[in-house]
Amino acid sequence: MNLALSDEQVFLREAARGALSRFKTLEAARAALDGDDSALPDLWPTAREAGWPGLLIDDAHGGAGLDAFDAMLVLGECGRVLAPVALLGHLPATAILNASPSAAGLLEPLATGERRAAYLPAMPPNDLVDGWCVDPKHGSTRPSAPQAKDDGKGGVLVSGTLAFVPDAPGADVLVGVALLDGKPVGVAIESSANGVSVEEVHRYDATRSLGHVTLSGAQATLLDTPLEALAGAWHLTQTLIAAESLGSVETALEMSVAYAKERHTFGRAIGSYQAVKHSLTEVLRQLENGRSLLYYAGWSRQGAPAEFPLAASAARSVAGRALDQGARTMISVHGGIGATWEHDAPLYFRRAQLSRRLVGGTGAATDRVAGELIAQAEAA
Amino acid sequence: MDLDDTPEQAAHRTRVRAWLEEHKGEAPVLTGPDALTDEAEIVSARRLWQGKLAEAGLAGVTWPKEYGGQALGPIEQVVCNQEIAKAGVPGILDAIGVGMLGPTLIAHGTEEQKGRYLGPMLHGDEVWCQLFSEPAAGSDLAAVQTRARQEEDGSWRLTGQKVWTTNAQFSSYGLLLARTDPEQHKHKGLTMFILPMDAPGVTVRGLRQISGEAEFNEVFLDDVALDADAVVGGVGNGWGTALTTLMFERVTIGLGGEGLGFNSLRFTKAIASDEHGRRDPKVRKELGEIVSELLAVRFTGYRTLTALQKGQIPGPEAGLAKVTIVNGAIKAGDLIADVLGPDALDEDSEWAYMISFLPGLKSAGGTEEILRNTIGERVLGLPPEPRLDKGIPFSELRSKEGAAA
Repeated sequence: MNLALSDEQVFLREAARGALSRFKTLEAARAALDGDDSALPDLWPTAREAGWPGLLIDDAHGGAGLDAFDAMLVLGECGRVLAPVALLGHLPATAILNASPSAAGLLEPLATGERRAAYLPAMPPNDLVDGWCVDPKHGSTRPSAPQAKDDGKGGVLVSGTLAFVPDAPGADVLVGVALLDGKPVGVAIESSANGVSVEEVHRYDATRSLGHVTLSGAQATLLDTPLEALAGAWHLTQTLIAAESLGSVETALEMSVAYAKERHTFGRAIGSYQAVKHSLTEVLRQLENGRSLLYYAGWSRQGAPAEFPLAASAARSVAGRALDQGARTMISVHGGIGATWEHDAPLYFRRAQLSRRLVGGTGAATDRVAGELIAQAEAA
Repeated sequence: MDLDDTPEQAAHRTRVRAWLEEHKGEAPVLTGPDALTDEAEIVSARRLWQGKLAEAGLAGVTWPKEYGGQALGPIEQVVCNQEIAKAGVPGILDAIGVGMLGPTLIAHGTEEQKGRYLGPMLHGDEVWCQLFSEPAAGSDLAAVQTRARQEEDGSWRLTGQKVWTTNAQFSSYGLLLARTDPEQHKHKGLTMFILPMDAPGVTVRGLRQISGEAEFNEVFLDDVALDADAVVGGVGNGWGTALTTLMFERVTIGLGGEGLGFNSLRFTKAIASDEHGRRDPKVRKELGEIVSELLAVRFTGYRTLTALQKGQIPGPEAGLAKVTIVNGAIKAGDLIADVLGPDALDEDSEWAYMISFLPGLKSAGGTEEILRNTIGERVLGLPPEPRLDKGIPFSELRSKEGAAA
């Protein structure tokens, strides 16, 4: 039994914190909200220098050959400072390709970061919903995953739309799931191919790069990805959002605690009041629960793959709620100033609001936890 | 990062499993149609079984060898607990003695006390209880008023009342915190004693709770005489000795969360049995939130174990796991009863029992509010609550409280 970080993992985390600290990401996030799109730093060169694009690619193909937990550590650091690094799209895409023997030729430039990939998130079936589906542009009805048909030349043509795809704008290759004769298959699509359109969209949190992807008979490479790895990419994305969210909670809690120590009312530091102390302790409780589930998810992806969907969904569920709670608590502990444009608290609040609704949302993850447990209960 | 046994732990597990396989027929039956029902019979059967577990090295695993333990780490004890649960047999009867009070005696007791008491405690020959809480001293444990006065010959006379005492009705001894000097301030004038439960002047009375059952007791002390050698850890050092017990209590909670039976799969089975409930999005949302947190606590336990293995002592943040477990189980009870309807509140229902038990459990080991204060101050470093009890003799505290009100 060992649920602690290795020396290498501690180093990876500290190196990430150091690399990101060179950028004024929070100021950039505020300026970008004010309409200055050029304010956001291009962090991809930093990611390349650190070797993050190849984290989940085998070393035989130029990657670091590390596992989900290592990726989570990096995402946690991004979340701490709301750094817009395009890993949420890139890493699950590389995980799919890395599990596909036929895609070996694509991996090397993705491992170095010379090319960037984005994952097209498709939610695997659960105990109530039979098919694969994707996030809708509007409302709560989920469309089916894209359809693929044989192009007669060994590849497939893919059609469908996917809304709010993380890091899709500017990606060189889109990787995801399509349904070929009703069966899920892995596909890789050059974003420059005919029939591919990526519409960049901004919603509420300027640090989050999103795109509506429309595929109209787009030429795609058919991948020999095992089904488990196709579903696994969805669950991996859940763990990465969880890790990133908990990183944001760490900052929110640290800032709130610091302010609660220095701000006085009625002759006392506000942190000495039970109401304030208990609300901060509640954020800590949810943060610690989330951290424990990151360990569960990180361990189970290799150590108990049958439990990975449960672990990843539980991590997303708890971390999503922790970020909601942490961001709102940060504002209320700071009082009125916490709700002003100049303060950093609203940036974390915006992150929480949008994250909660992406890639299935916290709600779909929570529902999947229930579904996985119900299936376990019936098997027992 | 892994959850695997080391080769040594795997060998230990194999040995434990083999012993249980061979001896599980000797364990008392507590559930099912053949279950024992008479309480005295249950207690004596469980004491006998505790003796066998101890003899086989499955209990008191972390205790030193000279007192009957195995001198192994907490992980080996957890391996034993896991295998005992897997074999479907009861664990030891005196978890409070072996898990908390014995380790306190090992840390603070005299050689004579250790030699006299530890062996019979471990083997279930003498069951122990923890006499700390009082009607006016729970979360604020250092406010105990049970008074111990020293006689000229060095012996002691104790008068007062303890409450929430598990197992007192069949215990041979209790570890008791009493006030020996009210002129000191409240944490300083305390002393820990060993109390023979059959001493003249000791009265044990069952304390019925919401469910109607009496899981705890009140213990009354009316001029009870104790010899000078009943003191544990020195006169005036009772608070430090009590903190050792509370530290072991946190370890026990940290390692045994699901041992209380508040288990996600058990809760889910109840929901899944209802065809509408299992498909209802609101029920699923609530269930998903509850079980996510309970799963988290399981892995918090593994984190605690990892820390213990590295020689670190779990801090008050382990208390957060208790908050999560209790509140999660409360929500689960409500959800299950919402789905199953009033039948879940039938007096014979396992859910009615759980629903009745939990409101009290919320305050066990310190109320949730005080736990959150402690964690806010010790873990987050927030400024303390203003308090009236610092730097004044305990004897003056009451009048000061009255004046402030």
